[in-house]
Amino acid sequence: MDRGLRFFLFILLIIGLQIFISQPVMASDSNAPEAAEATHEGGDHAKEWHINDMIFGHINDANEYHLFEEVVFPLPCFLYSRTDGFTFFMSSALDHGHKAINGYVLDHGTVQKVKSSDFPTGEVSVGHITHEMKEGKEIGFVEYQGQTYELEGPSKIGQSTSFIDFSITKNVALMIIAALFLCWLFIGSANAYKKRPGQAPTGKQNLMEIFVNFIIDDVAKPMLGDKYMRFLPFLLTIFFFILALNLSGLIPFAPFGANVTGNITVTMALAIITFILVNINGNGNYWKHILWMPGLPVAMKLFMAPIEIMGIFIKPISLMIRLFANVTAGHIIIMSLVGLIFIFGNLGESIGGATAGAAIAVPFTLFMNLIEVIVGLIQAFIFTILAASYLGAATEESHH
Amino acid sequence: MYSAIGAGLAAIGAGIGIGLIGKGGMEAIARQPEAVNDIRNNMLIVVAFVEAVALFAVVVSLIK
Repeated sequence: MDRGLRFFLFILLIIGLQIFISQPVMASDSNAPEAAEATHEGGDHAKEWHINDMIFGHINDANEYHLFEEVVFPLPCFLYSRTDGFTFFMSSALDHGHKAINGYVLDHGTVQKVKSSDFPTGEVSVGHITHEMKEGKEIGFVEYQGQTYELEGPSKIGQSTSFIDFSITKNVALMIIAALFLCWLFIGSANAYKKRPGQAPTGKQNLMEIFVNFIIDDVAKPMLGDKYMRFLPFLLTIFFFILALNLSGLIPFAPFGANVTGNITVTMALAIITFILVNINGNGNYWKHILWMPGLPVAMKLFMAPIEIMGIFIKPISLMIRLFANVTAGHIIIMSLVGLIFIFGNLGESIGGATAGAAIAVPFTLFMNLIEVIVGLIQAFIFTILAASYLGAATEESHH
Repeated sequence: MYSAIGAGLAAIGAGIGIGLIGKGGMEAIARQPEAVNDIRNNMLIVVAFVEAVALFAVVVSLIK
C-alpha cells in the first residue's frame, strides 16, 4: 500500500492505543457524586437518571474541569447582569455549589443565577441544591436561610437568562489550547522552511507536508482552480482547527476532555465565517446564477430564485448541523457504552456484574472510539471541501 | 418516545443510502483499481451528504 495510506493507518493505530489505555480513566470519571445522589432515589429511575447525568455532563459545557470527585480544575468566570454589573471570580470560589456570589451558584458544573431579586449580593454560604422536573425541564432550587430560591438555567443556546456568561469555560479553554498548539506547529514549520530553504524536511515539517499537500492537491486545486492561494489559509485553518478539536474531544482527561465541535455554537461560528466569506467574495456571475439563473426559460428562472436564495442560508446551516450531529452522536454512543459497565454493576453493588459489563463494553467502546477518530478526520475533510466548493462557486468565471 | 422512533427511521435511511454508495464505490474500484484514491475521496464526500440528511432527523428528535 502507498506511503500515505500507511502513515494514516500508523496514526490511527497510535491514537487507538492511546484511547484503549485511557479507557479506565474514562470509566472512573465523576460517578461517585452522582451515585451518592442516586442512592437517595433508588431503583431503576435512579439508574436512568444517573446515566443521563453522566452523558450530558460530558456533552455539555461546564465552568470547571471535573476530573474525579475531589480533583477539579477551576476556570475563571466573567459574568454580566443588568442588576449586578460585571462579576469576576474563579469557579473554585463558588465551592462546589456551597457558596453564592452575587446570586451566582455552581450547579452541575455550570454557573446559574438565582431568580429572585431579594437574594443578597456579595459572597454568602448556601445550603443544598435540589432539582425538580417542571414541564419536562429540570429546574434547580437552592436553599438559603430556610427559604428556597429558584435558579435560572445555565446560559446556553436556546435559553434566555438574565445574565451574560463570558466565562472561560471548558470549551473556550480547549479552543485556546488547540489554537496555541496549531500556532506552534505551523509557525515552527514555516520557520524551518525559511531557515533551511530547498533542503529535505525534518521534524514537524514532515507531518505538516503530508496534510498540507493533501489539502492543496485534493481540496484547493480541484475546487478553486488556479486562484487557490487566495483562500488556502482559510481552508487550512478550518481543516486543522476542526481536526484538532475533534481529536481532542476523544481524549478523556483534562485539559482535553471537552466536547467542543459537538457544541452547536462553535460549529455555528465556523458556518457563519464561511457564509460571510462566500457572500463577500461572490462575483457577478455567482449572484447572477442565484437570482436569474442563465440557461433556463423565464418561468423556471422565477421559480429557481427563491429556492436559490434559501440555498444561500441552508448550505452553511447544513455544514453546521453535519459537524455538530456527527460529533455529538459519537460522543453520546461512547458515553452510553461506558455507562453500560455501571448499569451491569448496579452502580457499584456487584463486582461480578461490573466485570461482565466491562468485558462487553470495553471492546465495543474501543471500536466506537476508533470509528470516532475516523469520523473526526472525515468530518474535518468534508467541512473543508464543502467550504472550498462554495468558495469556488462564488468566484467562478462564467464559462459558456 | 416518538422521537426515538424518528431517529431509528432516520438510521434506516442512512444505512440504505450509505450501503448503496458503498456498493457503487466497490464496483467502480473493481472495474478500475488504479483509480482507488479518486473513488475513495468522492465516496466519502457523498457519504457525508447522505449522513448529514439523516443527522438532520436525529437533531430534530434530540431537540424534541
